[in-house]
Amino acid sequence: MSDFVSGFWSPYITLVVLAGVVGCGVFLWQQGRAGNKPGETMGHVWDETLEEFNNPMPNWWRWLFYITIVFGLGYFALYPGLGSYAGKLGWTSGGQHEKEVADADAAYGKIFNGYLQQDLKTVAADARAKEMGEHLFLTYCAQCHGSDAKGAKGYPNLTDNDWLWGGEPEQIKATIMGGRIGVMPPFAQLGAEAIKDIAHYVRSLSGLAADSLRVTRGKEGYAAAGCVACHGADGRGNQAMGAPNLTDKIWLFGSREETIIETITKGRNIQMPAQKDFLGEAKVHLLAAYVYGLGAGAKPAPATTDKK
Amino acid sequence: MQSQATYNYKVVRQFTVMTVVWGIVGMLVGVIIAAQLIWPELNVVEWLSYGRLRPLHTNAVIFAFGGCALFATSYYSVQRTCHTPLFAPALAAFTFWGWQLVIVLAAVTLPLGMTSGKEYAELEWPIDILITVVWVSYALVFFGTLMKRKTSHIYVSNWFFGAFILTVALLHLVNSAESPVTFWPMKSYSAYAGVQDAMVQWWYGHNAVGFFLTAGFLGIMYYFVPKQAGRPVYSYRLSVVHFWALIFTYMWAGPHHLHYTALPDWTQSVGMIFSLILLAPSWGGMINGIMTLSGAWHKLRDDPILKFLITSLSFYGMSTFEGPMMSIKTVNALSHYTDWTIGHVHSGALGWVAMVSIGAVYYLIPRLFGKAEMYSVKLINLHFWISTIGIVLYIAAMWIAGVMQGLMWRATNIDGTLTYSFVETVKATYPYYTIRLLGGLLFFSGMLLMAYNMVRTIAGGHAVNAPVLVPSAAHA
Repeated sequence: MSDFVSGFWSPYITLVVLAGVVGCGVFLWQQGRAGNKPGETMGHVWDETLEEFNNPMPNWWRWLFYITIVFGLGYFALYPGLGSYAGKLGWTSGGQHEKEVADADAAYGKIFNGYLQQDLKTVAADARAKEMGEHLFLTYCAQCHGSDAKGAKGYPNLTDNDWLWGGEPEQIKATIMGGRIGVMPPFAQLGAEAIKDIAHYVRSLSGLAADSLRVTRGKEGYAAAGCVACHGADGRGNQAMGAPNLTDKIWLFGSREETIIETITKGRNIQMPAQKDFLGEAKVHLLAAYVYGLGAGAKPAPATTDKK
Repeated sequence: MQSQATYNYKVVRQFTVMTVVWGIVGMLVGVIIAAQLIWPELNVVEWLSYGRLRPLHTNAVIFAFGGCALFATSYYSVQRTCHTPLFAPALAAFTFWGWQLVIVLAAVTLPLGMTSGKEYAELEWPIDILITVVWVSYALVFFGTLMKRKTSHIYVSNWFFGAFILTVALLHLVNSAESPVTFWPMKSYSAYAGVQDAMVQWWYGHNAVGFFLTAGFLGIMYYFVPKQAGRPVYSYRLSVVHFWALIFTYMWAGPHHLHYTALPDWTQSVGMIFSLILLAPSWGGMINGIMTLSGAWHKLRDDPILKFLITSLSFYGMSTFEGPMMSIKTVNALSHYTDWTIGHVHSGALGWVAMVSIGAVYYLIPRLFGKAEMYSVKLINLHFWISTIGIVLYIAAMWIAGVMQGLMWRATNIDGTLTYSFVETVKATYPYYTIRLLGGLLFFSGMLLMAYNMVRTIAGGHAVNAPVLVPSAAHA
């Protein structure tokens, strides 16, 4: 075991623990031998009335004490406790965990692997797989995307037709397996006025109320500032880099003017953690099928994914 | 001239009154956070949100309510059992004002979000320093009084108070070791890192239970139970053995708070075994208290103060049985992180700590204000029943909720996936949260009755300082 920084600590702990447990027993035994005079007091009086009877310790209580001590010594013989001595049973908490995982894999592995062999669209159509996927989703995904998968501010809605990184089954699976990092750089250097103009232009793309003069200036600013590089000249985004479509009336952080100004000024940095090493491919496969099957995944992705 | 001297009751009076005041404040905060768990919309502003009020609740009930009760009862009993007024009365007065300042600072900084993040040790570094100064003064007053005692032997309640004062000083100094960063907002970093930090924290945390909430309150028990029952302590030998075994064994029990974590297996085992060995030493106090009443059981019928004291010992026995059971790894795997822990804590905090304190305060108030008894004994009786029903509702609800949560968390479907999402277990807990709130409200309203009874008693009396007694012949 690597719990100790030097060879001194293991024998030291063994000694102190054993001396502590055995010492309790010796103390109890030695005190039990002291003479008692039941019903008589010790002969001291404090504060007029406070006295102590010279009664013996109750026997049942002494035996309870002894039993816990003997149990403790037995436990230390069987389980890790005395420094680096591993115990007769060789039990470790890590070993217990590994065994439980191995047992679960043996019991359930074939169900998951069966689905892993199938095409994602086939899995998505399987009622039992859908139920399993839902359970997995509620355990591992609902914290961010919500129990209803409709997301929250900064966490995409998975039930609409808008896909940041693509809605094809394999694309969804890639997103869950490897995770995604979405970065929009900050554009504070443009200045408050230019940013406000761009914000109005972006609102106009979704048909929201906007100042027409600002929209005109903002359209120029949108091109000049380099927004086109990710979101495209038409604002329809780019799934190859997770750049959102600005024209579909779906907003990850919000459509209010102040929110868009905040997004442009400070940028955004969001992350979907990779699940490959945590859940393993078989569970991810079921999850991808479940998300695809939420309804929106089946529809074709926007036609502008080839923009660079 | 010696016979003209009186005991120093002033500081006892101050701490006694503040025990009731802080009890009401701390329990009111408890009622609020219990309601916030049922109605999250009650988290109106951040400084009144659950996350900030919860440490305020624990600090207020443990250190403000429990702390004032310990100061009051230890100052009262140490003078009387040593037959001498308190040592260094100015220092004793300082401990009162200093401790109140600590409490007020806690009530300001915790809602502002200033916290060291260590459970039951959340207060930041400037307050930690103030606590140290007050506590050292407390030790000087207490042990100074013991040093100038007029009796040859030291009475048993003082062993427990002494162990509590010394150990809390040690626990506080070690666990609160930290590097200050800024004075305002108060901010510091712990001197320890990673699993060592966790181990130090729970060595502190469990001994805060063991010495602040157990040894200290056993000190209360050993003075007030024999006094109120008018009977000698059941067994001197039992008190010797369970005292030394208790203070020795508690020190080792902390790791049971860190079962199945990064803490090495051997440390977890040692924590579990010493927690089990702790059962008998803990029960020693219960036996000695309850058996003190043998031959005087009839007094329980019409003495509500004795009812509080003896019921507190029953809850003490129950919690100190439950604790070792929960420290067993297999049981802990089910109970840990659930509301079972909350139920366990409150059977100790409400059933044992609060009830023994309430009994002692009802004993003290008439004696400190020149009255034969409280303004209304009937109200004490009512208070007793309201609190008992409140505790039973509270802990039963949390037991059921905790076991249910533990079972729901581990339930799996035939395909191995989890049967319940976390939020479903929260939803299933709502009815029990409501019962818990009801129990808490009952206990809280009992404290309001107590405050009324106290105000009427004080209004009809006047502050008195009893004359110092000469020790009886047996000690002379």
